[in-house]
Amino acid sequence: MTTVDSALVRKDFPIFDRLIDDKPIVYLDSANTSQKPRQVIDAMSQFMENSYAPINRSAYQLAAEADVMYEGARAKIARFVNASRPEEIVFTKNATEALNLVVHSWGRANLQAGDVVVLTHMEHHANIVPWHMLVAERGIVLRWVPLTADGQLDLTDLSTLLDGAKAFSFTAMSNVLGTLTPVKLLCDAAHAAGAIAIVDGCQFVPHNVTDVQAWGADFMAFSSHKMCGPSGVGALWGRATLLDAMPPFLGGGNMIADVRLDGFTTAPVPAKFEAGTPPITEVVGFGAAVDYLTDLGMTNVRRHEMDLTGYAITMLTDRYGDDITIHGPTNIEVRGASLSFAFRGIHPHDVSQVLDQQNVCVRAGHHCAKPLMRLLDVTATARASFYIYNDESDADALADALEGASDIFGF
Amino acid sequence: MPGLEDLYREIILDHYRTPRNRGELEPPAVRAEGHNPLCGDEIQVYLDVTDGVVSDIKVAGQGCSISQSSASMMSQAVKGKSLLEVRALVRRFKGMMSVDEADADEAEEAAAAAVKLGDLEALQGVVKFPVRIKCATLAWNTLLQAMSELPATA
Repeated sequence: MTTVDSALVRKDFPIFDRLIDDKPIVYLDSANTSQKPRQVIDAMSQFMENSYAPINRSAYQLAAEADVMYEGARAKIARFVNASRPEEIVFTKNATEALNLVVHSWGRANLQAGDVVVLTHMEHHANIVPWHMLVAERGIVLRWVPLTADGQLDLTDLSTLLDGAKAFSFTAMSNVLGTLTPVKLLCDAAHAAGAIAIVDGCQFVPHNVTDVQAWGADFMAFSSHKMCGPSGVGALWGRATLLDAMPPFLGGGNMIADVRLDGFTTAPVPAKFEAGTPPITEVVGFGAAVDYLTDLGMTNVRRHEMDLTGYAITMLTDRYGDDITIHGPTNIEVRGASLSFAFRGIHPHDVSQVLDQQNVCVRAGHHCAKPLMRLLDVTATARASFYIYNDESDADALADALEGASDIFGF
Repeated sequence: MPGLEDLYREIILDHYRTPRNRGELEPPAVRAEGHNPLCGDEIQVYLDVTDGVVSDIKVAGQGCSISQSSASMMSQAVKGKSLLEVRALVRRFKGMMSVDEADADEAEEAAAAAVKLGDLEALQGVVKFPVRIKCATLAWNTLLQAMSELPATA
């Protein structure tokens, strides 16, 4: 079966030429943010060197070229997630802003005191805090889908939880547990209850084939920087009929059709939601990142990560037995390549500090998911996450470096 | 990259494995809670002050070796000291962590400079790992918060 040749892929990423203290970098923090291939860096440099200009407001040739690049990226990104048309992609600062856009625009227009929104216990703060803000502002009610012991969604009472709900907002992949959720089933359940389905695709989209139409979702938030693109840009995909009916989120230039002393009218979607000068170069880079991943093939990316995750779980468990606890499902069919773990009772910050001596980069902390941390009864975890440029040697380097933590803490 | 021996001194690991003054105090002891928003570590400081002197202090919560050992050593260092002495100690410790406080007057600076840190000197290596400074200062900021919540009569 075709998969990804990570040795070849790695050659595309200049950062892996760098040595720190004469040792290579073992980058296992891609769930946090991914590294950037030469193709993306070059696309952004070339755009700034040759074609940089404002978009959507100037008649000269250079600006027309910039328009084509910017809107071309939108079309590529729309195809990448199988949106029915490019206008359904709204560029935002990041996935967090995309979710805030939904909450503040769709939420304020459609939710009143007592209206129910359903979330899950494995959400990132970005899909919790904006809703809490609406709880405080207008008294909406939040309900929570609980988890099973192995870190999947416990759907036993889903229909009861969704009963009377106006929206169901959930992640397609947990940033902590790596769990993949049954997105189509959840979208169907939301619609059956008369709720809209909002998907946090931030962790899912960089690693899997995404098809928002097959899911039947209504909104999906995702981010460029986790999928080989630059930081500073993300996207909201939304069903055109919903986006058309929503009030604007941020006001300013670019988002208007007309402004008078007594008011304004909005531009059509997506400009309605893109107030001010957008991150033009970053959008071009985002488009180049999508080209890069499309060339690799997202089915291959998923296959590669399943193989690598399976290897890492087996190897770490064989080597460390009960001394290591990997949170989340062990079945690689229902999990992605983010491995949160506890090691010999050593605090994750200390684990991460010791791993850093071998340039093994992992995240330590609460991963912006404090409700989930409380559920796991930990304040923090260490998380190793794999991507297209990682291979088994990186997992081995992690395992070897963990020995150092035992040496120091003597547990 | 600085070596880990600068960070994980034996005395730090000792305080981490066997934290001193661990527990809680009943009211009228003041309770303050500190969070390290970066990593989720949390700490609770219980402070009992009688006649302007720290008569008892307890520390609860969870965190990494640096935050927990710093809290443990802090609790030992402040017990039995007057609030004035404690303020000078906090200033001296935060100074060692390269955290300067803007509002210090000359007398306070002089008092801080004269403070002996004792075991706390072991945490000096933390400065070489800037990300960990917040871990080391968490307990101290929480102590300051507890002191600010003391009733005026304490």
